[in-house]
Amino acid sequence: MADFPLIYERSKPGRRGAQPPAVRDFDLAAALGEENLRAEAPRLPEVSELDLVRHYTQLAHRQFSIDANFYPLGSCTMKYNPKVNEEAAKLFSDLHPYQAPETAQGALQLMHELQQDLCAITGMDAFSLQPAAGAHGELAGVLMIRAYHEARGEGDQRRVVIVPDSAHGTNPATAAMAGYEVVEVPTGPSGEVDLDAYKAAMGPNVAAVMLTNPSTLGLFERNIVELARVAHEAGALLYYDGANLNAILGRVRPGDMGFDVVHLNLHKTFTTPHGGGGPGTGPVGVKAHLAEFLPVPVIEKRGEEYVAVDDRPRSVGRMRSHFGNFGNLVRAYTYIRALGAEGLRQVSGYAVLNANYLRVKVKELGFRVPFDRINMHEFVAQPPEGLRTLDVAKALLDHGMHPMTVYFPLTVKEAMMIEPTETESLETLDAYVEALGQVLERAAADPAYLKGAPYTTPVRRLDEVKAARQPVLRYEFEAAD
Amino acid sequence: MHYHPHTPDDERRALAAIGVGSIDELFADLPAELRDPQLDLPAGMDEEALLDHLRALAAKNGARGPDFLGGGVRRHFIPSVTPHLALQSEFVTAYTPYQPEVSQGILQATFEYQTMMCELTGLDVSNASMYDGASATAEAALLAVRQTGRDRVVVSRGVHPETRAVIETYLRPLGVRIDVAELSPLTTAALGIGDDVAGVIVQQPNFLGYLEEMRRLTDEAHAAGALMIAVVDPLSLALLAPPGAYCADVAVGDGQTLGNPPAFGGPTFGFMVVRQDLLRQFPGRIVGQTTDVDGKRAFVLTLQAREQHIRRSKAKSNICTNHQLTALMATINVAALGPEGLRQVAAGSVERAHALASRLAEAGYEPLTSGRFFAEFVLPVARPAAEVRSALAARGVHAGVPVPAEYGLGDAVLLSATERVKDEDISALIAALDAVGARRAEVARG
Repeated sequence: MADFPLIYERSKPGRRGAQPPAVRDFDLAAALGEENLRAEAPRLPEVSELDLVRHYTQLAHRQFSIDANFYPLGSCTMKYNPKVNEEAAKLFSDLHPYQAPETAQGALQLMHELQQDLCAITGMDAFSLQPAAGAHGELAGVLMIRAYHEARGEGDQRRVVIVPDSAHGTNPATAAMAGYEVVEVPTGPSGEVDLDAYKAAMGPNVAAVMLTNPSTLGLFERNIVELARVAHEAGALLYYDGANLNAILGRVRPGDMGFDVVHLNLHKTFTTPHGGGGPGTGPVGVKAHLAEFLPVPVIEKRGEEYVAVDDRPRSVGRMRSHFGNFGNLVRAYTYIRALGAEGLRQVSGYAVLNANYLRVKVKELGFRVPFDRINMHEFVAQPPEGLRTLDVAKALLDHGMHPMTVYFPLTVKEAMMIEPTETESLETLDAYVEALGQVLERAAADPAYLKGAPYTTPVRRLDEVKAARQPVLRYEFEAAD
Repeated sequence: MHYHPHTPDDERRALAAIGVGSIDELFADLPAELRDPQLDLPAGMDEEALLDHLRALAAKNGARGPDFLGGGVRRHFIPSVTPHLALQSEFVTAYTPYQPEVSQGILQATFEYQTMMCELTGLDVSNASMYDGASATAEAALLAVRQTGRDRVVVSRGVHPETRAVIETYLRPLGVRIDVAELSPLTTAALGIGDDVAGVIVQQPNFLGYLEEMRRLTDEAHAAGALMIAVVDPLSLALLAPPGAYCADVAVGDGQTLGNPPAFGGPTFGFMVVRQDLLRQFPGRIVGQTTDVDGKRAFVLTLQAREQHIRRSKAKSNICTNHQLTALMATINVAALGPEGLRQVAAGSVERAHALASRLAEAGYEPLTSGRFFAEFVLPVARPAAEVRSALAARGVHAGVPVPAEYGLGDAVLLSATERVKDEDISALIAALDAVGARRAEVARG
């Protein structure tokens, strides 16, 4: 079968699609200067509108998604993205960031209320909605921690950020980007931070500890209050990576556990779509002692007026342009207001119920569960002895189901991190278990079968080594001629 | 409202399978004294009430009218087909293409995107997108610091003030010195830099709308051994010399003008395209072409050894999630328009902006036209700029991004046009400017 064509390979010189308004007679060279004009037009596809529609509709069909497939990607919270959120976002999509603020009061009010809602949900005192993604929120958070220590005259002394070895890769990468040295502390046998190692790493040189709670192993850090106390006694701050907030919505708040800074992933917990890899949105929240360092703008209510305040002298500054990923702020706000406090509490309840149900069922099949206790919204499993996680994941694709997160956390061999979320029915979870069971049976009967999977997907296993060794990162016109 | 599907029977069945008596028991690991806080939130709403609430909020934003707002975000023509295709469920509700066999839709579209960005910028390698133009520029500055081992960057004042602010946020903690190259009066003067500079950052067209002498500035940067980072409006590249043509090393910018609605400034997407030999220092995801076991062409995330999930604290950036969907909007929009359509959008914007400047001059205003401008220019006004913008808005015209005091132009606004501006919109703007007493010439004459 022929390769699926690129839009460039459907192109024919002179063919037109959409027609913008006609341009009046005008001497561009005179206006812009001959020397400023490009010599050759960029090579862009020339297709009819119907060709375009076919191409991108067929491409969409070469793609798994939450709307079409169960997608239990651990630590990504692939829950249903309500359609009403999209309708709400459209109501605001035409606003310009520089229009007079009195003509954007609805948008600013929404942001202000969202800041307050996120404070209520997390137990923090103030929020900035600026950061564009989780990792971006992390950077904002760690920069605030840095600014805090500098303001106290301890900037030079505190050079280290502690992260557990089970942390997301963004945590150490963020700390390094903010100019810190990273010290990893190991996970103990219970799957939680090794308290002794943690205490040994703590000291006057430590600026912060970055924790995800529940951790990437899907376990709640039962020592969290003690971890916070030890950090604070040493003068360090505690950073909450909100990737797994879905597990504890309405059950316990990061602010109450002792965290000083949090970032949230609106695209995980608060149902803004993942978009094939973004845009995410990563608001940051802080306790009062860090509020002056929040990235700008922060939305304030002054009398009856909502104001985006840029002039905050001790702020770490801007993380990006304008008001953050505003469209996603509308979606998250819509979700929070749809559910209310009771609805959010049900989210964590059913998310944790589903994860534990799946853990029990997967274990019955013969998968290993290294931390076999009540877990939170996700759990980590390993395939039965002799099987590779990669092969099981690829075989699942033939069942029309997206695999779990694989080979993460790095601390568990052949890790499979499974997060079903609260929006899946038991029937869907049962179907996943049945599919996993069939994969195991097939593997037992015919070990080579699994190595060859998947068989029914648009393409089959890829040569990733070739992709990296001989990088082809754009369409080559020469090769095509 | 809620979105979980569990019936009471489901709940009982799941609890029995787990061996606990209630959902609350599943949370026994949480500190008892902190458990079950009261969240101070309004009660949940049904869909009808929810949309009424949102519509009421949206109504507080006031109506749209003739629009001349710019400052990096413009309301260009977006054909209906673009959002219809980009916002298909399969694209919207997927995540990062970790499983390439079932992610060819997003992976291939991203490969197409990378190709388009290389073509537009005239450079070699594009990543899969960044957050926005400002953060992409800051990442480019970090790239220059890594590549050269130097710890000073020079940023033109013509770079958008918000972009400069973000560069500061990113570079300050690493001890990188940031110097500003001044405008004289509307474009960047000589850089006068030494061999301690890692990168020079210049925006084309600059924040005020005027065209910089990119080749001269690039030559000067290169003579000092610095990288040239061109911050460009990708739509302008349908007409203007691309960064590759003047030998810039890195092109960055915001992709909003390629087919995303303004959305109060986000989400749009950032892009970064570099020379081949900077690939090792390149941040962000990249899609590459390969084959599957049957020899079929296929696409996959590649060169991941630069990234945080592999390299952790040694990664080139902490970026993980980028702005795939908004980049897809641009990809589809560019394909919908084609080279001729994109050129029309750009040329129409240039023509309309120049028509606007001419009409203003005829009406006794003094737009700054001593420099060549693209689709935006400066209009000095007789009142504080923010007041003018508000007064215009009260008359139903959205125009007049205030020019910050740092430019030394006094009370002045930016006026921008797109191909969608009609002659009667221009008349409405001039009438509104007249009505709010913005004409400076009159004050001077009077």
